[in-house]
Order: sequence, then structure tokens, then C-alpha cells
Amino acid sequence: MIDREQVLHVARLARLELTDEEIDRMAVELSGILEHVDRIASLELEGVEPTAHVVELENVLRADQAAPSLPRERALEPAPDPVDGAFRVPSPQA
Amino acid sequence: MSSALLELTAGEALAGIRSGELSSEECFDAYAQAAAADGLNAYLWSAEPGARGAGGEPLHGLPVAVKDLFCTEGIETTAGSRILEGYRPPYTATAVARLTDAGARLLGKTNMDEFAMGSSNENSAFGPVRNPWAHDRVPGGSSGGSAAAVAAGTAPWAIGTDTGGSIRQPAALCGIVGFKPTYGAISRYGMVAFASSLDQCGPLTRTVADAALLLSVMQGRDPHDTTSVGIEAGVELPSREDLAGLRIGVARDFSHHAEGVEPGVAEVFERSLALIEELGAEITEVELPHAEHGISAYYVIAPAEASTNLSRYDGVRYGLRVDGDLDLLGMYERTRARGFGAEVKRRVMLGTYALSSGYYEAYYGRAQRVRTRISEDFRTAFESVDLIATPTSPTVAFKLGERTADPLAMYLSDYFTVPMSLAGIPAVSIPAGLAQPPGGGPELPVGLQLTAPAFAESRLLDAAHALERTIGFDARPAAGGS
Repeated sequence: MIDREQVLHVARLARLELTDEEIDRMAVELSGILEHVDRIASLELEGVEPTAHVVELENVLRADQAAPSLPRERALEPAPDPVDGAFRVPSPQA
Repeated sequence: MSSALLELTAGEALAGIRSGELSSEECFDAYAQAAAADGLNAYLWSAEPGARGAGGEPLHGLPVAVKDLFCTEGIETTAGSRILEGYRPPYTATAVARLTDAGARLLGKTNMDEFAMGSSNENSAFGPVRNPWAHDRVPGGSSGGSAAAVAAGTAPWAIGTDTGGSIRQPAALCGIVGFKPTYGAISRYGMVAFASSLDQCGPLTRTVADAALLLSVMQGRDPHDTTSVGIEAGVELPSREDLAGLRIGVARDFSHHAEGVEPGVAEVFERSLALIEELGAEITEVELPHAEHGISAYYVIAPAEASTNLSRYDGVRYGLRVDGDLDLLGMYERTRARGFGAEVKRRVMLGTYALSSGYYEAYYGRAQRVRTRISEDFRTAFESVDLIATPTSPTVAFKLGERTADPLAMYLSDYFTVPMSLAGIPAVSIPAGLAQPPGGGPELPVGLQLTAPAFAESRLLDAAHALERTIGFDARPAAGGS
């Protein structure tokens, strides 16, 4: 149902590098899971509203007041490569 | 003294501290020593004996074990993943802060399936947790470390998270109480996100009264999580001794469609129903025609949300980075390849596929509509009953490695727990008895699940408490398992 080409396409969308062996295994496993999931394809769902969230909430607002937030240094502490108060990343075209 | 101390429920320990029979420090140190000597791999970190801080009303310094999905300022928080190894959060989750503000002390961070994805704890990057009842079996998941610690007596109580059964199923497999509150009852701030529309924090305890106490402390609206609404009516500590006047629904059709319900589990369930009637409740047949499709809907919705939530692990702001001679995209792809385990990759792929162009409506759209149907089924059923009873898990604890080769078989562990998560309603698993696994061997715990309408926590706790008293489950795992 899902072939290698589709696995590679989805892996690119998901920013995930897969080994050859993982690609083969993923094709088999995803196909098996989707076959089970496809049981809902036969249900009559015409006119049924989708549920994205179970609690009925209107917009939750607060007063527009400045409050202390996480200091920049604290936010950068766990970063693999912080430089000059920012997150450094490799060039998009190395 | 200390081994007797470890037998106490949290409520009993608190009573001892209040009356002066027990010192809060002695209690904490006994548990810190027990946690440090844990032989089940239930803890990823535990506090040193002698650690202090917090204390005071109402929890008097009682130790609490916390699933490693909750951020704890300055203390490593991995969510069971290599990609977060070494991560020390700059802030603490609201649920944990509420516990320490109420006087509890952090005892340890418990092992879990990576990013809470799993039903056996075998997906932890830091090794599986063993079931205290039988060391060659799984504790369930994903809150398996929390469940094993409470069952083994290395924590008086613990908190975990439940997205599709991750509190209730391990509680059932370890013979303890696990409570998933209504979605929105407890803040998700500082809880590492898996599937945001389903994730909910809750207690794993030895008694229903202990669960009620933890829930009452943790619940409430939090400005840091705008989806948190709290339980407006509050949480009453349970006191009921019978079930007179209550109508309890049983969904035979839903149970019959379950695959692989073990005879021992079915037998304990029927025995529980007989007890429910003896306690004065009326058992009524209800229909949940779409509940059997819960797993299908869940394994679209949860991976879809996970695939977007986990896009944040890209080697930029925290956690692992794998670089070298790579451009930015290559760095993302290799970091995620090395940092994520097999199950997380599978779900990220599944979710990305379900949300991708051309498949969105066929999978995600349909799954959301099935979710609506499942919620409607419960709403209709609750017009004629107060609570609904099901088994918690189709099976007792299975052997390590038994299901790892077949992801779908593992997913079906959540057959009975997923519909309540999709509907956002509260549900509790209590130990209902023991049963032999198929193929023989020592008897293992079986859980009974009760579920209630949204925000009817006090009703649910009261009934579970009455039933717990009558069941009188007092079996404990033998030291060292079997």
C-alpha cells in the first residue's frame, strides 16, 4: 500500500534521515497500520462535524500587560550552539 | 521501621506525620533510599536522602515521583528520549509546581516510553522498566516507571500522563490506581507535548483516596495553558461506602469487538460487575457503537499531532545536535535520525503522511469525525447511566519483547482506554483482582476501568472508592518479583 517512494517523500517532509533498512521496514509497518485505520473508511460520516478539541472554549484573553518572561540567557542555556545571544545553525548551503 | 513505612498509603503516611508518629524527613529519606536501590529501572533520576525544601500543609514533605515528561527546573528531563538527553529545563511544569507548593518533595523522575509513545515502556531510550510482579514482564506504558515505582513501594504515589491510556493501562498491569482526569482539568504547561488535544496529567496511587488528594492539589486553571479550565466544582475526597442508586453501564458490543481479551481478564471483569450489583448499583446495557473505531481514529489523530509537536526537536534550541559537514537541512535530518527511537520515527512518519497533501481529508478529517461520533456515543449513554465500566486492558502484563515486532498488536493494548481520551472524559483504573496469564505462570493484576461524564470527577472517585473497599485488593508483588 505504501511503497519506498512514498516513504522517502514523507521522510523528507518529516525532516528524517532513514537508512535503507528503515525505509523497507517503514513501508511494511505503515501499510499494516493504515490497513487497520482504513476500517473507518466505511463509516457513514456525512454531515458529522470534525472534533479538533473537546473542551468548548471561546478565545481566552488576558490584559495586555507586560510581565517578566524567561531571560534570554536562561533560554539559551540548553542550546547546543549559542552565540552572541542567538542560536547558531549551519548554513543552509554548506 | 523503614520497610513498614514503605507499606503505608500516602494518606496513612500523612496522618502519621500530622499526628507526630512519623517524621516527614524520615519518610522522605526512606523513600529516597528505596528509589536509589530500585531494581526495576523505574527511575531515571532520584533525589539524595537528606534532600529537603518544601514541606508544610497539606502534603507535609511527602515524596512524589514524577514522570520524566514533566519539566523540572535544573533537573534533567529527557521524556525517555536520546534527543533530550542532558536537557535541564529553565522552568518547572505547573502540575509539579502545584505539588511542591502544596508541600510535596520531588522524589525522582520516572522512566517512560519515549515521548509517551508506547504501551510497554520498551520504547524508552534508557532501557525498559520491569514489572514488579514478574521481572520478565512489562509494566505497561507509557507511564510505566511511575506505575512500577508505586507498585513496588519505592514511591508512595506518582504522577504520569495519559494520551490514550498511558496512566490507566500501566496502573492496571501493576495492580495500582491510575486516574485520567477530564481534558483541561490540569495544566499541560511544562509537560513535554505528544498529542496536545489528548494529553492529560494524572495520579498513579495505591488508593482512590490518594488519587483524589493529588488531583485536588494539581487541578485548576493556569494562565500558562489557555486550554486548562480546572474542575469548577472542585474535587471532594471520596467517602462513599456503597453504590446504591447508581446506574452503571456495560457496553457488551464494544467489549465483544475487542481482539484478544484474555479469559482471566473477562472473568475478573464479570466478578467486578457482580460486586457492583451487590453494592446496590443497577447494571444497564449501553451502546457505544463507534468506540470500537477508537484505535483507528486515535492512530491518525495522535501521530498527526505528534508529528507537528516533535518538529521542534531540530538540534537548534535544546537537546542533541548532530552536525559535521552538513548543511542546515542535513543537520535537522541527521539529528532527528540519531535522536529519535524506532517508535517515535514510525509515528512521526504516520502523522506526516496523514497530514500530507492529498491524504489529509481521507485520514485526519475522517478521524476527527469519528472522534465526534465517539463523544456523542458517550453523551447518549450518560443520559441513562451515571458511569460506564469496562476492563482497562485486554490482557495482563505481557512478556518483555512479546509484542515489539508487531506495532499494531501493541496499539491494541489501548482498545478500552482510547475512546475516553478521544472524548476527553475522566476515567480511572482500579485493581480488581488477579488472573493467570495465558500459558500459565504466577497470577498478575487485572484492572477495572470506570468512566464518567466530563468534570464528574467527584462522582467517579466516590464510586471507585466504594468499589475498592469491597474488592479489598491487598495482594502485593513478592520482593524480587517472580
